[in-house]
Parts: sequence; structure tokens; C-alpha cells
Amino acid sequence: MPLFERLYNFAHWLTQDRQEAEDLVQETYAKALKGFRSFRPGTNFRAWIYQILRNTFLTSRTGLKSTTMVPLELESDQESLPAVKETPESILLQRSDRQLVQEALGQLPVPYREVLLLCEFEEMSYQEISATLAIPMGTVMSRLSRARRALRDAVQQLQGTE
Amino acid sequence: MACERWTEKLDAYLDGELPASEAGALAEHLRGCAACAAEGLRKVQQKRAVQAAGQRFMPDPAFRARIQDSIAARSPFVWSRRWLPILATAAVMLLAGALLLTLSGSQQQVIGELVDQHVATLASLNPVDVISTDRHTVKPWFAGKIPFTFNLPELQGSPFILVGGKVSYLGQSPGAELIFRVRQHQISVFIFQDRGPREERENKAVRTALSFEVRTWHHNGLRYFVIGDASAQDLDNLSELIKAAG
Repeated sequence: MPLFERLYNFAHWLTQDRQEAEDLVQETYAKALKGFRSFRPGTNFRAWIYQILRNTFLTSRTGLKSTTMVPLELESDQESLPAVKETPESILLQRSDRQLVQEALGQLPVPYREVLLLCEFEEMSYQEISATLAIPMGTVMSRLSRARRALRDAVQQLQGTE
Repeated sequence: MACERWTEKLDAYLDGELPASEAGALAEHLRGCAACAAEGLRKVQQKRAVQAAGQRFMPDPAFRARIQDSIAARSPFVWSRRWLPILATAAVMLLAGALLLTLSGSQQQVIGELVDQHVATLASLNPVDVISTDRHTVKPWFAGKIPFTFNLPELQGSPFILVGGKVSYLGQSPGAELIFRVRQHQISVFIFQDRGPREERENKAVRTALSFEVRTWHHNGLRYFVIGDASAQDLDNLSELIKAAG
């Protein structure tokens, strides 16, 4: 089963719970098999199956809870992004280990966590992410930018409390 | 400020999403601007950190087995019977029953794996690693990549076109996946060394999950699987051509 490990990993990241992740992957495969006729050969299979997984998650109890907690500013794409002012001293993540980043990722709101994982870990193109999350390309870019900043802040905060 | 214009585009640049013309100009700017280069480096480090942190959860082997079983248990007949008249359903269930009697569980699993691989090939933007319609190019490409050799059929005068091939794996053993096209349909032909028990070596024409046609046979120590959504007749014809070449 290609993608099985990755789908499970992504499901666990979304649900943060082994049992829920298993239920989510199982339901995703069941839906994918049932709806296979809706998949058009030549279109993106990976985006299609991740979209099923994500939509299934969003209708689950944990998914509903996670999306109602998303701050409204997440979706306002018109808001201009403040310029990043970094000094070499503030270059972070150099010392941060894997666990720290994992902890920080786990703290992020689901929309940030999922867009980061799809881009960095799944190495999806903006177009694939746009198809998977059913959001316009512009939103993919602005959400990614915010997610990256939120992750940096979360890592910094965790480093500070160490 | 000139730098702001560039820092806005750094993310897209590092994600490989900036058009080539802009990417060139940004790379040029990074070479001459220490602040932007430092920011770029920080972003690359963060990207790598998330990439490394992303792999965190592994599925339980028992869960994997459960999913595999549930997929193997779903035949296309079971899904589609809701849409078929009752009479057709009865006939189909009889056929499914007959198939279950002749098809061992492990072979079903093997075919399920290969159907998955075929679907992944259909969905891939780069379905083949060696692109050629010439069998004299495709066959030598596999030399040194798989532990056996095979013959490819002469397709002239047939409706089939060789698209190319790639290395595939089944049960940790490398084999060949060849892609053929007939009209708008793609057909995968998998060839592996035959290591299955004797009862699985019989020649079988089976129809399997997701409505794909499957043909499989054993010849000269190799196991062949032909999988596609083309007609049964097409799969039979291609199988005959391959058998004749082998």
C-alpha cells in the first residue's frame, strides 16, 4: 500500500492520538476505494487521497474542535505580512533538536501544522497543497508564511522555557 | 526598501515555486546581500528542521495487517452491487465466490499490492524512469538493476505502444514494471522472479479490486502480472504477445 506510512503519520499529526489516527486512515482507505470512480487518471492521486483524509478528519469530533478554535486572522489573506527583521543572533533552530521542533509543531493550530507538513515533509507543490486543502494558491502562500512564523515563535518560546 | 521586495519572495524561492526569471534575480541579490542571505539560511534551516521532525509516527504492524485485510476483502462486485439489478448481483456474487475458491489469500494480497503500484504509476507525473517505445532501449536499461532478464514482444502491427519502464519491488525483490498503452488505457506488466508456492504458479485470469483486469502466469522461473483498465480482450492479446516473446 503506497502512502500508507505517510498517510498514517499525517493522520497522527492531525489527531495527536494513535487510535483516532488509525480510525482516520481506515476510513480514508474505505472512502478512497468506494469513491475510486471519482478519481480521474492523470490527476494527482496523492492530493486526492490526502484530501479525503483531511475532509474525513474535519468532520470528526477532534477535527471540528480543532477548526472552531482557529483564530479568524488565519484566513484573512488581505492582511499584509510584516517585514521580517532578523539579526544573525536571532537565527534560531540551529540548536533546536528534532524533539523541540516536534513539540512546537504539535502546539500549532491544525491549519498551520498541516500546511507546514504538506509543504516541508510531504514536499508537495503549492498547487498540490491548494488541491489538498481546497484553498486558493494565494492562501497557501500566506498561510505558509504565517505558519512558519508561528513555528519559529513556538520554538523560541520552548527554548526560553527550557 | 529593496530587500523587502526580496524577503517577501524568499519562501517561494526556497520552496522552488518562484518563476525562473525571478529566481535568477533573487539568487543574484542573495550573493550580494548578507542580511537576505542570513534570512535565507535561517529559512532553509527551519525547512530542514520541519522535514526531519515531520516523520514522527509509525503505524502499528497489526493495524497495517488489518487495513490490508479490509482492502483485500472488498471486491469491486461488493461495491457495485448497490447499483446493479438484483439478478446481476446474484450472478456476480456467484462469480466472486468462485474466484475466492480458486484464489489463495496470499495471491490476492500480491495482486492487491501490484494494483496499488499500477494506480500509483497512473497517478504519477513521472510514470516511467526509462522513456522509450523501443524495446531495444528499454530491455538493456534494466541490466544490472534487476537480477534477471526477459524478452519484450514485437508490437508492430498491434494496437499496443510501449511507453517505458521502471524498477518495481515485490516482497523486497526487485523486478520490472513495463508500461504499455492501448488507445487511452495504460497497462502495467510486472515481471518478478517466481518464488511462490507451486499452487500459486498456475496460470490465472482474474478480475480484481477496483475493476482492474489482471492476467498472471509463470514462465521460465519468472512470474508475469498484466494489470490495466483496458478490456479483457486487450489484456489477453497483450499477454499472448508477451508469452510469445518469452
